[in-house]
Order: sequence, then C-alpha cells, then structure tokens
Amino acid sequence: MNGAGWSRFNIASITAGFAFLYLPIVLLIIYSFNASRLVTVWAGFSTQWYVELWHNQALLDAAWVTLRVGLVSASAATVLGTMAALALTRYTRFRGRLLFSGMVFAPLVMPEVITGLSLLLLFVAIGIDRGIMTVTLAHITFSMCFVAVVVQSRLLTFDRSLEEAAMDLGATPVKTFFAITLPVIAPAIVSGWMLAFTLSLDDLVIASFTSGPGATTLPMKIYSQVRLGVTPEINAICTILIAIVATGVLIASVVNKRREVQRRRDEQTAQRG
Amino acid sequence: MAVKSLNSIRRNFSPWNDPAAKPYIQFENVTKRFGDFTAVNNLSLTIYEREFYALLGASGCGKSTLLRMLAGFDEPTSGRILLDGQDLRGVPPHKRPVNMMFQSYALFPHMSVEKNIAFGLKQDGMASADIAKRVAEMLKLVKLEPFAERKPHQLSGGQRQRVALARSVAKRPKVLLLDEPLGALDKKLREETQFELMDLQQDLGLTFVVVTHDQEEAMTMADRIAILDKGEVMQVATPPEIYEAPASRFVADFVGSVNLFEATVTQRDERMAELQAGPDLRIQTSNPGEAQHSATVNYAVRPEKIRVSSRAPEDTSVNAAEGEVFDIAYLGDVTMYNVKLDDGRVVKATVINSQRLADDPLTWGDRAWISFKPDAGIVLTR
Repeated sequence: MNGAGWSRFNIASITAGFAFLYLPIVLLIIYSFNASRLVTVWAGFSTQWYVELWHNQALLDAAWVTLRVGLVSASAATVLGTMAALALTRYTRFRGRLLFSGMVFAPLVMPEVITGLSLLLLFVAIGIDRGIMTVTLAHITFSMCFVAVVVQSRLLTFDRSLEEAAMDLGATPVKTFFAITLPVIAPAIVSGWMLAFTLSLDDLVIASFTSGPGATTLPMKIYSQVRLGVTPEINAICTILIAIVATGVLIASVVNKRREVQRRRDEQTAQRG
Repeated sequence: MAVKSLNSIRRNFSPWNDPAAKPYIQFENVTKRFGDFTAVNNLSLTIYEREFYALLGASGCGKSTLLRMLAGFDEPTSGRILLDGQDLRGVPPHKRPVNMMFQSYALFPHMSVEKNIAFGLKQDGMASADIAKRVAEMLKLVKLEPFAERKPHQLSGGQRQRVALARSVAKRPKVLLLDEPLGALDKKLREETQFELMDLQQDLGLTFVVVTHDQEEAMTMADRIAILDKGEVMQVATPPEIYEAPASRFVADFVGSVNLFEATVTQRDERMAELQAGPDLRIQTSNPGEAQHSATVNYAVRPEKIRVSSRAPEDTSVNAAEGEVFDIAYLGDVTMYNVKLDDGRVVKATVINSQRLADDPLTWGDRAWISFKPDAGIVLTR
C-alpha cells in the first residue's frame, strides 16, 4: 500500500463515512437558521429562533436543571469513582474483590431502562420525593463506574515507587496522596469528570424514570416537545449544545497537542544537554 | 586526588574487626515470605556506621527485599531489624531516619528539580529560607545548578540520576539506601559516577547500603560486600577477601571468573596441602583452608594467576599441566586463553598484554603448558 496516494475508493469511503456521521447534524444546524416555522421548508436565513429561546422560560429552566444536575453528579461521581478505582488497584487481595469490581462495573453494561426502573423503585420504597435530588443521585450511580474505569486504567500504569519515595522522604500517607498521587493522576480524573458530566447532560432514560415535578432536564424537555412536533427552536437549542461540546473538544485537543509538542521538544533538548 | 585521599581514609576503616565497635544496622534472623515464596531466609547481617555496604546477588536473591524492609515498605515475617539500637518493627517509612534512592529514580514528574529536592525538607517543616539554602547546596553538590527549574522529563538519564541522589541525601539521613543506583547509566557515566558516590559518602559521612547485581560496581565502591543467594548470605567480606578468599564454590564462581578443579587431599600439614586433581595434575597449595586428609575438595584458581607458555616450566611434576590452545579472546588489555588439557578439562588463563606485541604469541592449536604458584589458588571445602 502506498500511503501517499488517494485512490477513488479512499475518497468515496471517507465521504460516505463523514456524511453518515455529520449530515444529520449539519441539517439540524442549517434548519436552526430557517425563517419558516415549518422545519422542512426553507424560507430564508434568520436568527429569530435563537432570540425566541431566550424568552422560552420552560426551556431555560430545564437547561438550568440539567446544568446543576450535571455539575453536582459529575463531581460526586468523580470522587466516588476515583475511590473505587484506588480500592481496586491498590488493595488487590481483599475478600470479595471480584464481587466488588463486578458490582462497580455492572452499570456499564446494564440497560439504562433497568437502572432507571430499579432506582425509581428504590426511591419510592424509601419514600424520597422525586425531584432534582433523585435525578442527581441516579446520575451519580451510573456515571461513577465510567470514572472508575478511566481512573483505574491510569492507576494501573502509575509507578508506585513515586508514592514510596514521598513516604520515604517523610510524607504521611495522606500527604503523599494529595501531593503526589492526585496531581499525577489528575488528567485522568479530569477526563473522568468530563465524561460523567457529558453522560449526565445527555441522559434521557434514567432521568425520565427518576425525575419528578419541577425537575425536568433539557433532554426530557426536548423529547417531550418533539413529540408535539419539531420546532425550529429545538434545532436552535441543539445547535447551541453542539457548539458548546465542539468548543470543549477543540480546546481539549489543542491543549493536548501543544503539551505533546512541548514535551517532545523538551526531551530532545534533554538528550542534547 | 580525591580518590587518593579517600584510599588513605579507607585503609584504616574496618570496624567489623573491632570487637568494641557498635553495630549500626542489624538484621537479626530476618525472614520474609511472600505467600509460598521465601525471599529472605533467616538472615543476619551487621552494618557499621559510615560503612559503604553492598548487597550483591543475582535477581531474585532477596537483596531488594532487604532494602525495602530497611526503608519500611515491607515488614519482616519474622526476626527484627535494629537501627542504632532501635527496633524498626512497626515504624512507618515516613518516620524512619533512612532515605532511599530508587532504581527508577521515582522523581515526581509534576515538580521541578528544585521542588523535588525540597520535598523531603518541607515534610520536616524546615523554614523556607533554610530549605532554599539546602537545595542550592545540593544542586551545587550534584552540579545541576543550571537545571533547577527543569522538570524531570527535560533531563537526560545521568541528570535524573543526580537529582534522585540529591533528593535522597538532602535530608541528611543517617542511612542512605541505593537500589541499583547506576543501573540505568551507560558504562562510561557509570564509572565516573561510582567515584562521585564514594566521594559523596565520605564528604557527608553517611552510611550507604547499596543493592546491585553488578560485581564491578560493588567491588569498586563498597567497604564490604554481602553475597546473597536465594535469600541467604553466602559471604560477607571486603572486596579483596571476596575475590581472593571466597568462602565457597558459589562465591568463587559468582565473583569474577575461576577455574575449579575437583581434587582429593593426599597430604596435609599445618601450612600446606597436596591434592591430586586427576591422574596428571598434582597440586601443591599454601592455602589449604579446612581441607582434611583424603577428603574431596575443590581447588579454585583465578585465570590471571595461571601462566601459559609454549615452554614447559622447570618442574612439571606439580602445579603444571600440558594441553592445547583451544580458544583465544584478545581484549586489548588482556588476552584470555582457553587451554584444553590432555585429560579433556578446559582451563581459563588471562595474560596481561604488558608488551605491545609479543614476540612469540601462542595461537590456536598450539601445544601449551599451564602452571601456577603454590599460593595462586585456594582450597574450597564448601
């Protein structure tokens, strides 16, 4: 194979692939600037739906709920998930470890409907009023395991002698954790947090089961509105969401790339020096 | 110059021969098991203050486990470890007055060189002005002043090694533990660093315990070497003793290269022994060891103490045998000959090339005589 050449087949497969992935999104973005109220009929360019969004209190409320749930649940899931990952990688011999790891990672493969339903039953059984708190709790439960996976994979390659060196130099185990372990695995923890936050943002199924009056999340709101017919407003809010996510991804990859380049340059100077 | 002054100090340093000397580190019947595997088996060692002590052995001999138990990362299964008279059992690593230099260096990747060195001092609650002073001192000591702000990944291997060293001595520990300190360096750098380590140990007056699998490293640096095998001590002695008077076949074979002849003791008096090693080789030795009459023993003689020549020695009846040159390795400074004796045994002999080009060099297939003096070798009963 000659890597430099672009055969017709290559071009065709790339075009088809990108079309599958992005054509729907592009259409959605285009129609968010449609002047017509009818989603499928183009009637000229307009930003009126974005302006109208600002006056749609129900949608803004839902966005605010989603944001709060996302922030709180992602943070709590990160703490719990990191602790689970630490327990799994550090204490490899405790009784019931296999069961514990199985239970931590089960939500990864558990159908969301089942997670949602069982959480609903639990909340009803112990008599918690459904609302923003129950959604948050549910999101912590299912996103925790994702954080645990991400952090655990980092911890597996973590050089334990770093911690030993810190303790050897007089740091207590607690101090060692905060001064050495945490900073070194911080990138993994941050990605875990972002993953948990994203999962919480776009969760519909579990939120539908566990939410109550006054705690409608954005995905729930959008879904219920779409059932009454797609409005250009929905397109507009989705476009905003896409923009936010895309910006986040872009920043993350640029920062990563820069760091990588810097590191390589440093290593070269170190070899020469 | 530094090396010379060091030797004069060294010559008088032998607390292990002084019955009044107080041991500094003591391993008393220490055993360490990991599950079914016994890493250290009922081992006892004594290390003195300011000693440069090497634990030498192949991988898996338990030497690193000993170091880790001293640092507090592992606790002995049984037995005890004393430091300056204090039992270390239950004392966590961060409360032990020992510091360790790790094989992987274990530099904190998110901290600059300066911060790495300062880390231990900060844990002690030292005033920041004093910390800055000590860090500057350490940077000077390891010649890394221009690199204070760099992160570990911006340094070369040799520089990282020096940061690790500076960090581990910054707290002025009573004992410095070094786990394969030169293992990751290339040969040239390793030789330089050996002397730097020795100077440092002298200057700071610390006790060094170094773990290594490299016998040259141990021989160069250590006051005494403990040879370990399968979690047990084979011999503890100074480098010349280890080399010239090994206690057993294992030690003789492990350190350097050796010719071992199985032999029967035919005569034995106070100073001499005579051995019969095969029908054609009669050995007379002035180092009879614990040889008993008519016992089967091993006679060990180092290759550089064997003479190889195309001419027969004056007395061929004792300490001499004839054979054929079978292999030659020219190494520049020395030439190694493998001589196959007429009874089939192969003898290794090393000849120093003190002349640039010898007049009458031996070559492959030549008939040759090997011979050695009565004090060349030693009788081993173990």
